[in-house]
Amino acid sequence: MSTMEHAGDLPGWVALLVSAFLVIGAGLTLVGTIGFARLPTFYERIHAPTLGTSWGTGGIVMASMIFFTVLSTRPVVHEILIGIFVTVTTPVTLMLLARAALHRDRSEGNPNVPAEAPAEDPVPGE
Amino acid sequence: MLPYPLLSASLVLMWLALNGFTLGHLLLGCIVSVFASWGMAALRPAEPHFGKWYLLPKLFAVVLYDIVLSNIAVVWLIVTGGRRERRSGFVTVPLDLENPIGLAVLAVVVTSTPGTAWLEYNSVRRTVLIHVLDLVDEAEWQHLIKTRYEALLMEIFR
Repeated sequence: MSTMEHAGDLPGWVALLVSAFLVIGAGLTLVGTIGFARLPTFYERIHAPTLGTSWGTGGIVMASMIFFTVLSTRPVVHEILIGIFVTVTTPVTLMLLARAALHRDRSEGNPNVPAEAPAEDPVPGE
Repeated sequence: MLPYPLLSASLVLMWLALNGFTLGHLLLGCIVSVFASWGMAALRPAEPHFGKWYLLPKLFAVVLYDIVLSNIAVVWLIVTGGRRERRSGFVTVPLDLENPIGLAVLAVVVTSTPGTAWLEYNSVRRTVLIHVLDLVDEAEWQHLIKTRYEALLMEIFR
């Protein structure tokens, strides 16, 4: 595809920049997984992996874009698609899991979750 | 033939960005995008009504900035784990936004910001239940979502 294909061909400052983004992205994802394991309740736990799906993915995607753009000396931007797809699909799975948990907690009568607001017959004047 | 020309064009561009530009992939991408837009038409999605669409970059910048800040906040919470008294909880936010696409965007914004999660939307009462990892003041969160995101979204989507 190109003549420069090895990481060793990268100029020093680019290598630094790529490493920085990679460490930030991977570090955020790691902290997210640690939080996922350590936080006490289900509803708190669902927050932790969003570190990985926001700037965790963002950092790694940026690193990849810079790395391959410099190596192949043309803009490589299709990684943005990965970022977009991860971002728009996260709420789907999160809502699915959270609403399943809410449904179970409500049917078990767990006092720590808010009761379901009646879907019909809204209070007049509200 | 092409119910959503903009969608079809974006799909062809995406196909070429992923596979590289060759005549074969251009053809294949066109075929894929035609069938995909037929599939989309079969779903009969609500037609988007854009108001001040030029505010989209502003929303994007605001959200990106907030995501950076909340990433730092949540990392701090997890790393210092439990050394400080922390309360998480549910907040019900009343919404004036009714546009389904606007609501979808708001759900993406709230969810991709670490520390807040969109749980369920009640379309009759027009409220959304969110969960906040570090809940200090409920009114503050309601105010934040209404003024920072919802107001902007209501201008973008009519």
